[in-house]
Amino acid sequence: MFARPGLPSFDYLRAETADQVISLLLKHGDAAKLLMGGTDLFPSLRDGALHPQVVVDVKGLPGIRDISYDAVQGLTVGAAVTMNQLAQHPDVRAHYPLLAQAAGAVASYQIRNRATLGGNLCNASPCADTAPAALVLEAQFLLYGPNGGRTVPAGEFFLGPGKTSLQPAEFMTAVSFPPPAVGVAAQYLKLGRCKTGDLALVGVAVLGFKDGTPSGCCFRIGLGSVAPTPIRAAQAEEVLASAAPSEEVLALAAEKAMRASSPITDVRGTAEYQKAMVRSLTLRGLREVWQRLSVA
Amino acid sequence: MAVHTITITVNGAQERLEVPSNMTLLQMLREKLALTGTKNGCEAGECGACTVLVDGEPANSCMMLAVEADGHEVLTVEGLSPEGKLSPVQQAFVQHNAIQCGYCTPGMLMSAHALLRRDPHPTTEEIQEAIVGNLCRCTGYVRIIDAIQTVAKEG
Repeated sequence: MFARPGLPSFDYLRAETADQVISLLLKHGDAAKLLMGGTDLFPSLRDGALHPQVVVDVKGLPGIRDISYDAVQGLTVGAAVTMNQLAQHPDVRAHYPLLAQAAGAVASYQIRNRATLGGNLCNASPCADTAPAALVLEAQFLLYGPNGGRTVPAGEFFLGPGKTSLQPAEFMTAVSFPPPAVGVAAQYLKLGRCKTGDLALVGVAVLGFKDGTPSGCCFRIGLGSVAPTPIRAAQAEEVLASAAPSEEVLALAAEKAMRASSPITDVRGTAEYQKAMVRSLTLRGLREVWQRLSVA
Repeated sequence: MAVHTITITVNGAQERLEVPSNMTLLQMLREKLALTGTKNGCEAGECGACTVLVDGEPANSCMMLAVEADGHEVLTVEGLSPEGKLSPVQQAFVQHNAIQCGYCTPGMLMSAHALLRRDPHPTTEEIQEAIVGNLCRCTGYVRIIDAIQTVAKEG
């Protein structure tokens, strides 16, 4: 019919309610795919990696494109909120600048107009830009399935490349972020083959705030693209919790972050290079965050 | 496969169309409405040759279904010069020789048009950032950025 092969055949359905989505997922199983921004779905359809009979558009569900914030509850972001919506939202920029920065680091402006937070997380690519931010912000993922709703911490959601703790017929409706710690500072450092627009070769999210630990500061480090899933660098965080920050302590923590990573050599770079860059970017992020905490 | 009846405003004109589920917005524009200014490049959201504005915001039309555009407004490169009079960005592209083979040009123009609408005076870096999703494989980007900058200065 068309000059180019285009997309394979499927039936498009627009769901109006969450229960409608569940019943379609129960009815069709793996033959149903959910559509939000389509930026991961369409290339998979075109490449023949997926052959759904039905594509269920969930963008019309109530609240799924909404962002809400209050100082007590924190931030709730509907799963179908786009990257540009996040990057530009005044409350996100004011209270969760790390999340705005991570969303703004995704691909290109056009893609960010379509790509969604829920899609980025549920696709579970190790290089998802918003995943390290979700990990260090200790986000909770709101899932809805045949047995109703449940909440899964970001740290327990990612199981492997493309694999999540989503159960059959379950889908993500929103992501909730706890209220930010007082005086928090954070930074996302992304390395790609070019300055912007590329997938992350290494993504490092560093977050810090002053607290009552022996070191006086709590640091969290999230790593993307350098393990089968986005990960927290727990041992590096422990180093930073047990000793007051100094150049030596930050360097030791960066070393531990590097050891937590297990990248693979691929078309975008060697494992050795990625590991070295985890150390460099983590150290850079820690220095930046520490400096901002010191002057605060 | 299901066929949907959609109502869509394209370049100011309302259209009522029958589209199959798997038809992309790009296919609809080119093959239903004969608006062939919008190009098919990579079909994967990398090159931006298919960029159009949906409700004023750039989107890759190869990565959006026609049925998803039901009830929305689409602007294509044809809509930039409705009476055959070039828009300021188009004029600047001509003046700066920001065109070689021309395949990326419609997408570049749409991204530039949208940028200048949301920020009439972008910095060079903001211009570069706005066209990250538009690849040019011949002219290079310097003249394209110069052209957009000219409009930004004059505007």
